[in-house]
Amino acid sequence: MDLRYLRRRVTNVFNLGMAVLTTLLGLFWLFWILYTTARYGYHSLGLRLFTQDTPPPGAPGGLRNAFVGSLIMIGVGIVVGTPIGVLAGTYLAEFAGRKRIGEIVRFFNDILLSAPSIVLGLFVYSVVVTTMGNFSGLAGGLALAIVLLPVVVRTTDEMLRLVPSTMREAAMALGSPYWRVVLQVTYRAARSGILTGVLLGVARISGETAPLLFTALNDQFWSTNLARPMANVPVTIFQFAMSPYSGWQHLAWAGALVATLAVLGLSIFSRFLIRQRNN
Amino acid sequence: MSSRLTRLWDPLFKGTTAVLAYLVLTLLVAICLALLHEGWAAFKTFGWHFLISKAWDPANNKFGALIPIYGTLVSSLIAVVIAVPVSLGIALFITELAPRWLRQPVAAAIELLAAIPSIIFGMWGLFAFAPWFSNYEPWINDHLGSIPGIGALFRGPPFGIGMLTAGIILAIMIIPFIAAIMREVFLLTPPLLKESAYGVGATTWEVVRNVVLPYTRTAVSGGIFLGLGRALGETMAVTFVIGNAHSVSASLLNPGYSIAAALANEFTEAFSPLYKSSLIALGFILFVITFIILVLAKLLLMRLERAQGETT
Repeated sequence: MDLRYLRRRVTNVFNLGMAVLTTLLGLFWLFWILYTTARYGYHSLGLRLFTQDTPPPGAPGGLRNAFVGSLIMIGVGIVVGTPIGVLAGTYLAEFAGRKRIGEIVRFFNDILLSAPSIVLGLFVYSVVVTTMGNFSGLAGGLALAIVLLPVVVRTTDEMLRLVPSTMREAAMALGSPYWRVVLQVTYRAARSGILTGVLLGVARISGETAPLLFTALNDQFWSTNLARPMANVPVTIFQFAMSPYSGWQHLAWAGALVATLAVLGLSIFSRFLIRQRNN
Repeated sequence: MSSRLTRLWDPLFKGTTAVLAYLVLTLLVAICLALLHEGWAAFKTFGWHFLISKAWDPANNKFGALIPIYGTLVSSLIAVVIAVPVSLGIALFITELAPRWLRQPVAAAIELLAAIPSIIFGMWGLFAFAPWFSNYEPWINDHLGSIPGIGALFRGPPFGIGMLTAGIILAIMIIPFIAAIMREVFLLTPPLLKESAYGVGATTWEVVRNVVLPYTRTAVSGGIFLGLGRALGETMAVTFVIGNAHSVSASLLNPGYSIAAALANEFTEAFSPLYKSSLIALGFILFVITFIILVLAKLLLMRLERAQGETT
Protein backbone atom coordinates (compact mmCIF):
# COMPACT_ATOMS: atom_id res chain seq x y z
CA MET A 1 0.00 0.00 0.00
CA ASP A 2 2.72 2.38 1.05
CA LEU A 3 4.78 1.42 -1.98
CA ARG A 4 1.94 2.23 -4.32
CA TYR A 5 1.52 5.63 -2.74
CA LEU A 6 5.23 6.26 -3.06
CA ARG A 7 5.15 5.28 -6.72
CA ARG A 8 2.33 7.70 -7.41
CA ARG A 9 4.21 10.49 -5.72
CA VAL A 10 7.41 9.76 -7.55
CA THR A 11 5.56 9.66 -10.89
CA ASN A 12 3.93 12.96 -10.04
CA VAL A 13 7.16 14.71 -9.08
CA PHE A 14 9.02 13.26 -12.04
CA ASN A 15 6.43 14.34 -14.59
CA LEU A 16 6.00 17.80 -13.12
CA GLY A 17 9.79 18.09 -13.04
CA MET A 18 9.85 17.22 -16.73
CA ALA A 19 7.26 19.95 -17.34
CA VAL A 20 9.55 22.52 -15.72
CA LEU A 21 12.51 21.20 -17.71
CA THR A 22 10.69 21.35 -21.05
CA THR A 23 9.61 24.92 -20.32
CA LEU A 24 13.20 25.84 -19.57
CA LEU A 25 14.21 24.07 -22.79
CA GLY A 26 11.73 26.18 -24.77
CA LEU A 27 13.00 29.39 -23.22
CA PHE A 28 16.60 28.23 -23.69
CA TRP A 29 16.07 27.89 -27.46
CA LEU A 30 14.56 31.35 -27.65
CA PHE A 31 17.56 32.87 -25.90
CA TRP A 32 20.10 30.81 -27.82
CA ILE A 33 18.63 31.90 -31.15
CA LEU A 34 18.47 35.55 -30.09
CA TYR A 35 22.00 35.38 -28.68
CA THR A 36 23.41 33.86 -31.88
CA THR A 37 21.69 36.48 -34.02
CA ALA A 38 22.86 39.31 -31.77
CA ARG A 39 26.44 38.06 -31.51
CA TYR A 40 27.03 37.53 -35.22
CA GLY A 41 24.91 40.48 -36.30
CA TYR A 42 26.37 43.03 -33.93
CA HIS A 43 29.81 43.04 -35.58
CA SER A 44 28.44 44.08 -38.93
CA LEU A 45 26.03 46.70 -37.69
CA GLY A 46 26.90 50.23 -38.67
CA LEU A 47 25.66 53.23 -40.50
CA ARG A 48 26.96 51.74 -43.75
CA LEU A 49 24.31 49.05 -43.50
CA PHE A 50 21.62 51.63 -44.22
CA THR A 51 23.48 53.98 -46.55
CA GLN A 52 25.09 51.61 -49.05
CA ASP A 53 23.68 49.07 -51.46
CA THR A 54 24.46 45.37 -51.57
CA PRO A 55 28.07 44.94 -52.70
CA PRO A 56 29.67 42.42 -55.05
CA PRO A 57 31.61 39.72 -53.19
CA GLY A 58 34.67 41.05 -51.39
CA ALA A 59 33.66 44.71 -51.46
CA PRO A 60 32.25 46.67 -48.54
CA GLY A 61 28.59 47.62 -48.64
CA GLY A 62 25.26 47.64 -46.89
CA LEU A 63 21.70 46.54 -47.41
CA ARG A 64 20.07 49.88 -48.24
CA ASN A 65 18.37 48.70 -51.43
CA ALA A 66 17.13 45.55 -49.69
CA PHE A 67 15.64 47.50 -46.79
CA VAL A 68 13.91 49.92 -49.16
CA GLY A 69 12.66 47.11 -51.38
CA SER A 70 11.29 45.22 -48.39
CA LEU A 71 9.54 48.34 -47.10
CA ILE A 72 7.97 48.99 -50.51
CA MET A 73 6.70 45.44 -50.84
CA ILE A 74 5.42 45.34 -47.26
CA GLY A 75 3.66 48.61 -48.11
CA VAL A 76 2.03 47.03 -51.16
CA GLY A 77 1.03 44.06 -49.02
CA ILE A 78 -0.60 46.32 -46.44
CA VAL A 79 -2.33 48.53 -49.01
CA VAL A 80 -3.80 45.52 -50.84
CA GLY A 81 -4.33 43.12 -47.95
CA THR A 82 -5.73 45.35 -45.21
CA PRO A 83 -8.83 46.86 -46.87
CA ILE A 84 -9.86 43.53 -48.40
CA GLY A 85 -9.24 41.76 -45.10
CA VAL A 86 -11.09 44.34 -43.02
CA LEU A 87 -14.13 44.35 -45.32
CA ALA A 88 -14.23 40.55 -45.58
CA GLY A 89 -13.97 40.35 -41.78
CA THR A 90 -16.78 42.92 -41.55
CA TYR A 91 -19.01 40.66 -43.62
CA LEU A 92 -18.29 37.73 -41.32
CA ALA A 93 -18.96 39.65 -38.12
CA GLU A 94 -21.74 42.02 -39.15
CA PHE A 95 -23.71 40.18 -41.81
CA ALA A 96 -22.91 36.48 -41.72
CA GLY A 97 -22.94 35.99 -37.96
CA ARG A 98 -23.60 32.33 -37.21
CA LYS A 99 -24.92 31.62 -40.72
CA ARG A 100 -23.53 28.64 -42.54
CA ILE A 101 -21.73 30.69 -45.21
CA GLY A 102 -19.97 32.66 -42.50
CA GLU A 103 -18.77 29.49 -40.81
CA ILE A 104 -17.51 28.13 -44.13
CA VAL A 105 -15.55 31.29 -44.93
CA ARG A 106 -14.11 31.32 -41.39
CA PHE A 107 -13.10 27.68 -41.74
CA PHE A 108 -11.24 28.15 -45.00
CA ASN A 109 -9.78 31.46 -43.91
CA ASP A 110 -8.11 29.58 -41.05
CA ILE A 111 -6.78 27.03 -43.53
CA LEU A 112 -5.36 29.87 -45.64
CA LEU A 113 -3.81 31.27 -42.46
CA SER A 114 -1.75 28.13 -41.96
CA ALA A 115 -1.15 27.27 -45.63
CA PRO A 116 2.54 27.00 -46.55
CA SER A 117 3.71 30.42 -47.62
CA ILE A 118 5.91 28.95 -50.33
CA VAL A 119 2.80 27.60 -52.02
CA LEU A 120 1.26 31.09 -51.92
CA GLY A 121 4.41 32.38 -53.61
CA LEU A 122 4.11 29.68 -56.22
CA PHE A 123 0.52 30.72 -56.84
CA VAL A 124 1.45 34.37 -57.35
CA TYR A 125 4.25 33.21 -59.65
CA SER A 126 1.88 31.21 -61.82
CA VAL A 127 -0.71 33.99 -61.99
CA VAL A 128 1.20 37.29 -61.89
CA VAL A 129 4.79 36.55 -62.88
CA THR A 130 3.91 34.40 -65.90
CA THR A 131 1.41 37.04 -67.05
CA MET A 132 3.79 39.96 -66.65
CA GLY A 133 6.63 37.97 -68.12
CA ASN A 134 9.15 38.74 -65.39
CA PHE A 135 9.70 38.73 -61.63
CA SER A 136 8.57 41.96 -60.03
CA GLY A 137 8.24 43.88 -56.80
CA LEU A 138 4.51 44.06 -57.45
CA ALA A 139 4.25 40.26 -57.49
CA GLY A 140 6.22 40.16 -54.24
CA GLY A 141 3.88 42.68 -52.64
CA LEU A 142 0.83 40.70 -53.78
CA ALA A 143 2.28 37.49 -52.35
CA LEU A 144 2.77 39.27 -49.02
CA ALA A 145 -0.81 40.59 -49.25
CA ILE A 146 -2.08 37.01 -49.53
CA VAL A 147 -0.09 36.05 -46.43
CA LEU A 148 -1.45 39.09 -44.57
CA LEU A 149 -5.08 38.76 -45.70
CA PRO A 150 -6.27 35.84 -43.53
CA VAL A 151 -4.66 37.38 -40.42
CA VAL A 152 -6.61 40.61 -40.96
CA VAL A 153 -9.86 38.79 -41.80
CA ARG A 154 -9.65 36.78 -38.63
CA THR A 155 -8.83 39.60 -36.22
CA THR A 156 -11.37 41.97 -37.78
CA ASP A 157 -14.05 39.31 -37.44
CA GLU A 158 -13.11 38.58 -33.83
CA MET A 159 -12.76 42.20 -32.79
CA LEU A 160 -16.04 43.31 -34.38
CA ARG A 161 -17.90 40.47 -32.71
CA LEU A 162 -16.61 41.71 -29.36
CA VAL A 163 -18.38 45.03 -29.86
CA PRO A 164 -21.60 44.88 -27.80
CA SER A 165 -24.69 44.79 -30.00
CA THR A 166 -26.31 47.40 -27.77
CA MET A 167 -23.96 49.97 -29.34
CA ARG A 168 -25.21 49.08 -32.81
CA GLU A 169 -28.80 49.13 -31.66
CA ALA A 170 -28.36 52.53 -30.03
CA ALA A 171 -26.99 53.98 -33.25
CA MET A 172 -29.72 52.38 -35.34
CA ALA A 173 -32.39 53.69 -33.01
CA LEU A 174 -31.15 57.16 -33.91
CA GLY A 175 -32.07 56.35 -37.50
CA SER A 176 -28.63 55.70 -38.84
CA PRO A 177 -28.37 53.28 -41.80
CA TYR A 178 -26.42 50.09 -41.10
CA TRP A 179 -23.34 51.00 -43.17
CA ARG A 180 -22.95 54.17 -41.12
CA VAL A 181 -23.35 52.22 -37.91
CA VAL A 182 -20.53 49.93 -38.99
CA LEU A 183 -18.26 52.69 -40.22
CA GLN A 184 -18.81 55.15 -37.43
CA VAL A 185 -19.67 53.05 -34.40
CA THR A 186 -18.43 49.47 -34.55
CA TYR A 187 -15.22 50.24 -36.45
CA ARG A 188 -14.45 52.97 -33.98
CA ALA A 189 -15.07 50.67 -31.03
CA ALA A 190 -12.91 47.89 -32.52
CA ARG A 191 -10.26 50.18 -34.01
CA SER A 192 -7.36 49.35 -31.72
CA GLY A 193 -8.10 45.63 -31.91
CA ILE A 194 -8.12 45.62 -35.70
CA LEU A 195 -4.96 47.71 -35.75
CA THR A 196 -3.29 45.17 -33.49
CA GLY A 197 -4.25 42.40 -35.87
CA VAL A 198 -2.81 44.29 -38.82
CA LEU A 199 0.41 44.93 -36.88
CA LEU A 200 0.75 41.24 -36.02
CA GLY A 201 0.20 40.42 -39.68
CA VAL A 202 2.80 42.97 -40.74
CA ALA A 203 5.25 41.44 -38.28
CA ARG A 204 4.64 38.12 -39.94
CA ILE A 205 5.09 39.29 -43.53
CA SER A 206 8.20 41.29 -42.63
CA GLY A 207 10.13 38.10 -42.01
CA GLU A 208 8.62 36.00 -44.79
CA THR A 209 11.16 34.74 -47.29
CA ALA A 210 9.48 31.90 -49.10
CA PRO A 211 6.73 33.90 -50.86
CA LEU A 212 9.30 36.35 -52.25
CA LEU A 213 11.66 33.76 -53.74
CA PHE A 214 9.81 33.41 -57.01
CA THR A 215 7.85 36.62 -57.07
CA ALA A 216 10.12 39.57 -56.29
CA LEU A 217 13.25 37.45 -56.77
CA ASN A 218 16.02 39.83 -55.72
CA ASP A 219 18.10 42.64 -57.16
CA GLN A 220 21.65 43.63 -56.42
CA PHE A 221 21.09 47.26 -57.25
CA TRP A 222 18.94 50.17 -56.16
CA SER A 223 15.51 49.99 -57.76
CA THR A 224 12.09 51.25 -56.80
CA ASN A 225 10.37 50.09 -59.96
CA LEU A 226 7.51 47.80 -58.97
CA ALA A 227 7.45 46.22 -62.42
CA ARG A 228 11.01 44.91 -62.10
CA PRO A 229 12.62 42.41 -59.73
CA MET A 230 13.18 44.05 -56.38
CA ALA A 231 15.83 43.67 -53.70
CA ASN A 232 14.51 42.60 -50.31
CA VAL A 233 15.99 41.71 -46.96
CA PRO A 234 14.91 38.07 -46.51
CA VAL A 235 15.99 36.80 -49.92
CA THR A 236 19.24 38.79 -49.68
CA ILE A 237 19.91 37.22 -46.29
CA PHE A 238 19.22 33.79 -47.79
CA GLN A 239 21.61 34.31 -50.71
CA PHE A 240 24.34 35.95 -48.66
CA ALA A 241 24.17 33.44 -45.81
CA MET A 242 24.49 30.51 -48.21
CA SER A 243 27.38 32.14 -50.08
CA PRO A 244 31.02 31.26 -49.41
CA TYR A 245 32.08 34.94 -49.06
CA SER A 246 32.63 36.11 -45.49
CA GLY A 247 31.72 39.72 -46.30
CA TRP A 248 28.33 38.59 -47.59
CA GLN A 249 27.82 36.32 -44.59
CA HIS A 250 28.49 39.22 -42.21
CA LEU A 251 25.93 41.32 -44.05
CA ALA A 252 23.46 38.46 -43.86
CA TRP A 253 23.83 38.34 -40.07
CA ALA A 254 23.47 42.10 -39.78
CA GLY A 255 20.29 41.93 -41.88
CA ALA A 256 19.07 39.00 -39.80
CA LEU A 257 19.59 40.97 -36.60
CA VAL A 258 17.76 44.03 -37.90
CA ALA A 259 14.91 41.91 -39.28
CA THR A 260 14.56 39.95 -36.03
CA LEU A 261 14.55 43.13 -33.94
CA ALA A 262 11.94 44.71 -36.20
CA VAL A 263 9.68 41.66 -36.20
CA LEU A 264 9.98 40.99 -32.48
CA GLY A 265 9.54 44.69 -31.73
CA LEU A 266 6.34 44.78 -33.78
CA SER A 267 4.90 41.69 -32.15
CA ILE A 268 5.79 42.80 -28.63
CA PHE A 269 4.29 46.22 -29.34
CA SER A 270 1.04 44.73 -30.66
CA ARG A 271 0.80 42.33 -27.70
CA PHE A 272 1.28 45.34 -25.45
CA LEU A 273 -1.65 47.01 -27.26
CA ILE A 274 -3.82 43.94 -26.69
CA ARG A 275 -2.95 43.98 -22.99
CA GLN A 276 -3.78 47.68 -22.75
CA ARG A 277 -7.11 47.01 -24.40
CA ASN A 278 -7.97 44.13 -22.12
CA ASN A 279 -7.25 46.25 -19.08
CA MET B 1 -33.40 61.75 -53.65
CA SER B 2 -31.03 61.58 -50.75
CA SER B 3 -33.14 58.97 -48.97
CA ARG B 4 -33.16 56.78 -52.08
CA LEU B 5 -29.36 57.09 -52.19
CA THR B 6 -29.18 56.12 -48.57
CA ARG B 7 -31.26 53.06 -49.20
CA LEU B 8 -28.85 52.14 -51.96
CA TRP B 9 -25.80 52.42 -49.74
CA ASP B 10 -26.78 49.61 -47.41
CA PRO B 11 -27.02 46.78 -49.95
CA LEU B 12 -23.94 48.19 -51.68
CA PHE B 13 -21.92 48.00 -48.47
CA LYS B 14 -23.18 44.54 -47.64
CA GLY B 15 -22.55 43.38 -51.21
CA THR B 16 -18.98 44.67 -51.25
CA THR B 17 -18.08 43.00 -47.99
CA ALA B 18 -19.76 39.78 -49.12
CA VAL B 19 -17.84 39.69 -52.40
CA LEU B 20 -14.55 40.22 -50.57
CA ALA B 21 -15.40 37.50 -48.04
CA TYR B 22 -16.09 35.08 -50.89
CA LEU B 23 -12.77 36.16 -52.36
CA VAL B 24 -11.08 34.29 -49.51
CA LEU B 25 -12.81 31.11 -50.62
CA THR B 26 -12.10 31.81 -54.26
CA LEU B 27 -8.45 32.36 -53.45
CA LEU B 28 -8.08 28.88 -52.00
CA VAL B 29 -9.76 27.31 -55.04
CA ALA B 30 -7.68 29.50 -57.36
CA ILE B 31 -4.44 28.42 -55.67
CA CYS B 32 -5.40 24.80 -56.15
CA LEU B 33 -6.38 25.25 -59.81
CA ALA B 34 -3.40 27.41 -60.72
CA LEU B 35 -0.91 24.93 -59.29
CA LEU B 36 -2.69 22.00 -60.91
CA HIS B 37 -2.71 23.84 -64.23
CA GLU B 38 0.98 24.72 -64.12
CA GLY B 39 1.94 21.29 -62.85
CA TRP B 40 -0.23 19.47 -65.36
CA ALA B 41 2.61 18.90 -67.80
CA ALA B 42 4.49 16.91 -65.18
CA PHE B 43 1.46 14.87 -64.16
CA LYS B 44 0.62 14.17 -67.80
CA THR B 45 4.17 13.18 -68.74
CA PHE B 46 4.85 10.92 -65.78
CA GLY B 47 1.34 9.93 -64.70
CA TRP B 48 0.97 8.24 -61.34
CA HIS B 49 4.57 7.24 -61.64
CA PHE B 50 5.47 10.81 -60.65
CA LEU B 51 4.40 10.11 -57.09
CA ILE B 52 6.46 6.94 -56.63
CA SER B 53 9.52 7.65 -58.74
CA LYS B 54 12.86 8.38 -57.12
CA ALA B 55 14.28 9.92 -60.29
CA TRP B 56 15.28 13.59 -60.27
CA ASP B 57 17.40 14.15 -63.32
CA PRO B 58 17.02 17.61 -64.83
CA ALA B 59 19.58 16.88 -67.57
CA ASN B 60 17.46 14.04 -68.95
CA ASN B 61 14.08 15.52 -68.01
CA LYS B 62 13.20 12.68 -65.65
CA PHE B 63 11.37 13.72 -62.50
CA GLY B 64 9.74 11.95 -59.58
CA ALA B 65 8.39 13.24 -56.32
CA LEU B 66 9.14 10.37 -53.97
CA ILE B 67 12.32 11.68 -52.34
CA PRO B 68 11.03 15.18 -51.53
CA ILE B 69 7.71 13.75 -50.31
CA TYR B 70 9.56 11.25 -48.13
CA GLY B 71 11.82 13.96 -46.70
CA THR B 72 8.89 16.30 -46.03
CA LEU B 73 6.91 13.64 -44.20
CA VAL B 74 9.83 12.21 -42.23
CA SER B 75 11.23 15.56 -41.08
CA SER B 76 7.75 16.71 -40.04
CA LEU B 77 7.07 13.48 -38.18
CA ILE B 78 10.34 13.83 -36.25
CA ALA B 79 9.26 17.37 -35.44
CA VAL B 80 5.89 16.25 -34.10
CA VAL B 81 7.41 13.39 -32.07
CA ILE B 82 9.75 15.87 -30.36
CA ALA B 83 7.35 18.80 -30.13
CA VAL B 84 4.35 17.04 -28.58
CA PRO B 85 5.91 16.03 -25.23
CA VAL B 86 7.75 19.35 -24.94
CA SER B 87 4.58 21.34 -25.69
CA LEU B 88 2.66 19.22 -23.21
CA GLY B 89 5.26 20.02 -20.56
CA ILE B 90 5.11 23.72 -21.33
CA ALA B 91 1.31 23.81 -21.29
CA LEU B 92 1.29 21.84 -18.05
CA PHE B 93 3.79 24.19 -16.48
CA ILE B 94 1.85 27.28 -17.48
CA THR B 95 -1.61 26.02 -16.53
CA GLU B 96 -0.92 23.92 -13.43
CA LEU B 97 2.48 24.66 -11.93
CA ALA B 98 3.64 28.21 -12.46
CA PRO B 99 2.71 30.85 -9.92
CA ARG B 100 0.16 33.27 -11.32
CA TRP B 101 2.63 36.11 -11.91
CA LEU B 102 4.90 33.88 -13.97
CA ARG B 103 2.24 32.46 -16.33
CA GLN B 104 1.79 35.39 -18.66
CA PRO B 105 5.52 36.14 -19.17
CA VAL B 106 6.39 32.49 -19.86
CA ALA B 107 3.47 32.10 -22.26
CA ALA B 108 4.47 35.32 -24.04
CA ALA B 109 8.12 34.24 -24.31
CA ILE B 110 7.16 30.89 -25.83
CA GLU B 111 4.89 32.69 -28.28
CA LEU B 112 7.75 34.99 -29.28
CA LEU B 113 9.50 31.87 -30.52
CA ALA B 114 6.76 31.69 -33.16
CA ALA B 115 7.36 35.29 -34.19
CA ILE B 116 11.02 34.77 -35.10
CA PRO B 117 11.28 34.65 -38.92
CA SER B 118 11.91 31.17 -40.23
CA ILE B 119 15.06 32.23 -42.07
CA ILE B 120 16.60 33.12 -38.69
CA PHE B 121 15.88 29.57 -37.52
CA GLY B 122 17.63 28.39 -40.65
CA MET B 123 20.76 30.49 -40.12
CA TRP B 124 20.90 29.63 -36.45
CA GLY B 125 20.41 25.98 -37.35
CA LEU B 126 23.20 25.94 -39.90
CA PHE B 127 25.78 28.10 -38.13
CA ALA B 128 25.10 27.49 -34.43
CA PHE B 129 23.01 24.39 -33.86
CA ALA B 130 24.44 22.04 -36.50
CA PRO B 131 28.12 22.46 -35.49
CA TRP B 132 27.15 21.91 -31.85
CA PHE B 133 24.91 18.97 -32.67
CA SER B 134 27.55 17.26 -34.81
CA ASN B 135 29.65 16.78 -31.64
CA TYR B 136 26.93 14.55 -30.27
CA GLU B 137 26.15 12.61 -33.39
CA PRO B 138 28.95 10.07 -32.79
CA TRP B 139 27.33 9.46 -29.41
CA ILE B 140 23.97 8.91 -31.11
CA ASN B 141 25.72 6.52 -33.49
CA ASP B 142 27.28 4.55 -30.68
CA HIS B 143 24.32 4.36 -28.35
CA LEU B 144 21.11 4.60 -30.35
CA GLY B 145 22.66 3.07 -33.48
CA SER B 146 23.19 -0.25 -31.74
CA ILE B 147 19.55 -0.72 -30.76
CA PRO B 148 18.19 -3.58 -32.85
CA GLY B 149 15.37 -2.62 -35.18
CA ILE B 150 15.45 1.15 -35.01
CA GLY B 151 19.25 1.34 -34.80
CA ALA B 152 19.59 1.87 -38.54
CA LEU B 153 17.79 5.19 -38.14
CA PHE B 154 20.61 6.55 -36.04
CA ARG B 155 23.68 5.30 -37.86
CA GLY B 156 25.24 7.86 -40.12
CA PRO B 157 27.94 10.42 -40.69
CA PRO B 158 28.25 13.23 -38.12
CA PHE B 159 27.62 16.11 -40.55
CA GLY B 160 25.43 18.04 -38.16
CA ILE B 161 22.97 18.67 -40.94
CA GLY B 162 20.40 16.19 -42.15
CA MET B 163 16.92 14.87 -41.58
CA LEU B 164 17.21 14.72 -37.78
CA THR B 165 18.54 18.27 -37.48
CA ALA B 166 15.74 19.53 -39.73
CA GLY B 167 13.23 17.67 -37.59
CA ILE B 168 14.60 19.15 -34.36
CA ILE B 169 14.50 22.69 -35.72
CA LEU B 170 10.99 22.18 -37.09
CA ALA B 171 10.04 20.94 -33.63
CA ILE B 172 11.27 24.16 -32.05
CA MET B 173 9.27 26.12 -34.62
CA ILE B 174 5.96 24.30 -34.05
CA ILE B 175 6.19 24.03 -30.24
CA PRO B 176 4.71 27.52 -29.72
CA PHE B 177 1.65 26.63 -31.84
CA ILE B 178 0.98 23.29 -30.17
CA ALA B 179 1.75 24.61 -26.69
CA ALA B 180 -0.58 27.61 -27.15
CA ILE B 181 -3.50 25.39 -28.16
CA MET B 182 -2.84 22.90 -25.36
CA ARG B 183 -2.66 25.76 -22.88
CA GLU B 184 -5.92 27.27 -24.09
CA VAL B 185 -7.88 24.03 -24.06
CA PHE B 186 -6.45 22.88 -20.72
CA LEU B 187 -7.94 26.01 -19.22
CA LEU B 188 -11.33 24.99 -20.62
CA THR B 189 -11.48 21.88 -18.45
CA PRO B 190 -14.33 22.49 -15.99
CA PRO B 191 -12.79 23.24 -12.57
CA LEU B 192 -15.45 21.05 -10.97
CA LEU B 193 -14.06 17.93 -12.67
CA LYS B 194 -10.52 18.74 -11.61
CA GLU B 195 -11.49 19.56 -8.06
CA SER B 196 -13.43 16.32 -7.73
CA ALA B 197 -10.32 14.41 -8.76
CA TYR B 198 -8.17 16.34 -6.32
CA GLY B 199 -10.85 15.69 -3.72
CA VAL B 200 -10.47 11.92 -3.97
CA GLY B 201 -6.73 12.33 -3.55
CA ALA B 202 -5.35 12.41 -7.09
CA THR B 203 -1.92 13.96 -7.64
CA THR B 204 -1.49 16.87 -10.07
CA TRP B 205 -0.12 14.52 -12.70
CA GLU B 206 -3.03 12.11 -12.25
CA VAL B 207 -5.49 14.97 -12.68
CA VAL B 208 -3.78 15.96 -15.92
CA ARG B 209 -3.49 12.38 -17.11
CA ASN B 210 -6.99 11.21 -16.18
CA VAL B 211 -9.13 14.34 -16.28
CA VAL B 212 -7.61 17.18 -18.30
CA LEU B 213 -6.17 15.13 -21.18
CA PRO B 214 -9.25 12.95 -21.74
CA TYR B 215 -11.49 16.01 -21.64
CA THR B 216 -9.38 17.95 -24.15
CA ARG B 217 -8.27 14.98 -26.25
CA THR B 218 -9.81 16.00 -29.56
CA ALA B 219 -8.67 19.59 -29.35
CA VAL B 220 -5.16 18.53 -28.34
CA SER B 221 -4.94 16.26 -31.37
CA GLY B 222 -6.25 19.16 -33.43
CA GLY B 223 -3.38 21.26 -32.12
CA ILE B 224 -0.91 18.51 -32.98
CA PHE B 225 -2.24 18.30 -36.53
CA LEU B 226 -2.03 22.07 -36.81
CA GLY B 227 1.63 21.85 -35.81
CA LEU B 228 2.15 19.06 -38.32
CA GLY B 229 0.58 21.21 -41.04
CA ARG B 230 2.96 24.04 -40.18
CA ALA B 231 5.96 21.73 -40.20
CA LEU B 232 5.11 20.23 -43.59
CA GLY B 233 5.14 23.57 -45.37
CA GLU B 234 8.03 25.18 -43.54
CA THR B 235 10.59 26.26 -46.09
CA MET B 236 13.55 28.39 -45.15
CA ALA B 237 14.64 26.70 -41.93
CA VAL B 238 14.54 23.30 -43.59
CA THR B 239 16.36 24.48 -46.69
CA PHE B 240 19.31 25.54 -44.55
CA VAL B 241 19.73 22.35 -42.53
CA ILE B 242 18.22 19.35 -44.30
CA GLY B 243 21.31 18.94 -46.47
CA ASN B 244 19.56 19.15 -49.83
CA ALA B 245 20.71 15.74 -50.99
CA HIS B 246 18.53 14.05 -53.52
CA SER B 247 18.73 10.62 -51.98
CA VAL B 248 16.65 8.45 -49.74
CA SER B 249 18.39 6.80 -46.83
CA ALA B 250 17.39 4.81 -43.80
CA SER B 251 19.53 6.96 -41.51
CA LEU B 252 18.07 10.15 -40.10
CA LEU B 253 21.59 11.53 -39.78
CA ASN B 254 22.02 11.55 -43.53
CA PRO B 255 21.13 14.63 -45.56
CA GLY B 256 17.73 14.55 -47.23
CA TYR B 257 15.40 16.82 -49.14
CA SER B 258 11.92 18.25 -48.75
CA ILE B 259 9.34 19.62 -51.18
CA ALA B 260 9.66 23.14 -49.86
CA ALA B 261 13.47 22.99 -49.96
CA ALA B 262 13.40 21.70 -53.54
CA LEU B 263 11.22 24.63 -54.55
CA ALA B 264 13.37 27.18 -52.73
CA ASN B 265 16.60 25.84 -54.19
CA GLU B 266 15.72 24.91 -57.72
CA PHE B 267 12.73 26.88 -58.91
CA THR B 268 14.47 29.97 -60.24
CA GLU B 269 17.12 27.79 -61.87
CA ALA B 270 14.72 25.38 -63.55
CA PHE B 271 15.70 25.68 -67.18
CA SER B 272 13.19 23.48 -68.99
CA PRO B 273 9.39 23.82 -68.93
CA LEU B 274 9.01 20.23 -67.74
CA TYR B 275 11.49 20.88 -64.90
CA LYS B 276 9.49 23.93 -63.81
CA SER B 277 6.21 22.08 -64.17
CA SER B 278 7.53 19.20 -62.05
CA LEU B 279 8.48 21.63 -59.30
CA ILE B 280 5.03 23.24 -59.38
CA ALA B 281 3.52 19.75 -59.30
CA LEU B 282 5.56 19.19 -56.13
CA GLY B 283 4.05 22.41 -54.76
CA PHE B 284 0.58 21.11 -55.64
CA ILE B 285 1.25 17.87 -53.76
CA LEU B 286 2.47 19.87 -50.75
CA PHE B 287 -0.66 22.01 -50.90
CA VAL B 288 -2.93 18.97 -51.00
CA ILE B 289 -1.14 17.24 -48.10
CA THR B 290 -1.17 20.33 -45.86
CA PHE B 291 -4.76 21.09 -46.84
CA ILE B 292 -5.93 17.66 -45.68
CA ILE B 293 -3.94 17.89 -42.44
CA LEU B 294 -5.19 21.41 -41.69
CA VAL B 295 -8.83 20.52 -42.40
CA LEU B 296 -8.47 17.59 -40.02
CA ALA B 297 -6.91 19.89 -37.42
CA LYS B 298 -9.72 22.44 -37.71
CA LEU B 299 -12.43 19.80 -37.47
CA LEU B 300 -10.88 18.33 -34.33
CA LEU B 301 -10.50 21.78 -32.78
CA MET B 302 -14.10 22.67 -33.59
CA ARG B 303 -15.45 19.65 -31.73
CA LEU B 304 -14.38 20.98 -28.35
CA GLU B 305 -15.65 24.44 -29.28
CA ARG B 306 -19.04 22.97 -30.11
CA ALA B 307 -19.12 20.92 -26.92
CA GLN B 308 -18.29 24.10 -25.00
CA GLY B 309 -21.10 25.90 -26.76
CA GLU B 310 -23.56 23.24 -25.65
CA THR B 311 -22.57 23.21 -22.00
CA THR B 312 -22.36 26.94 -21.45
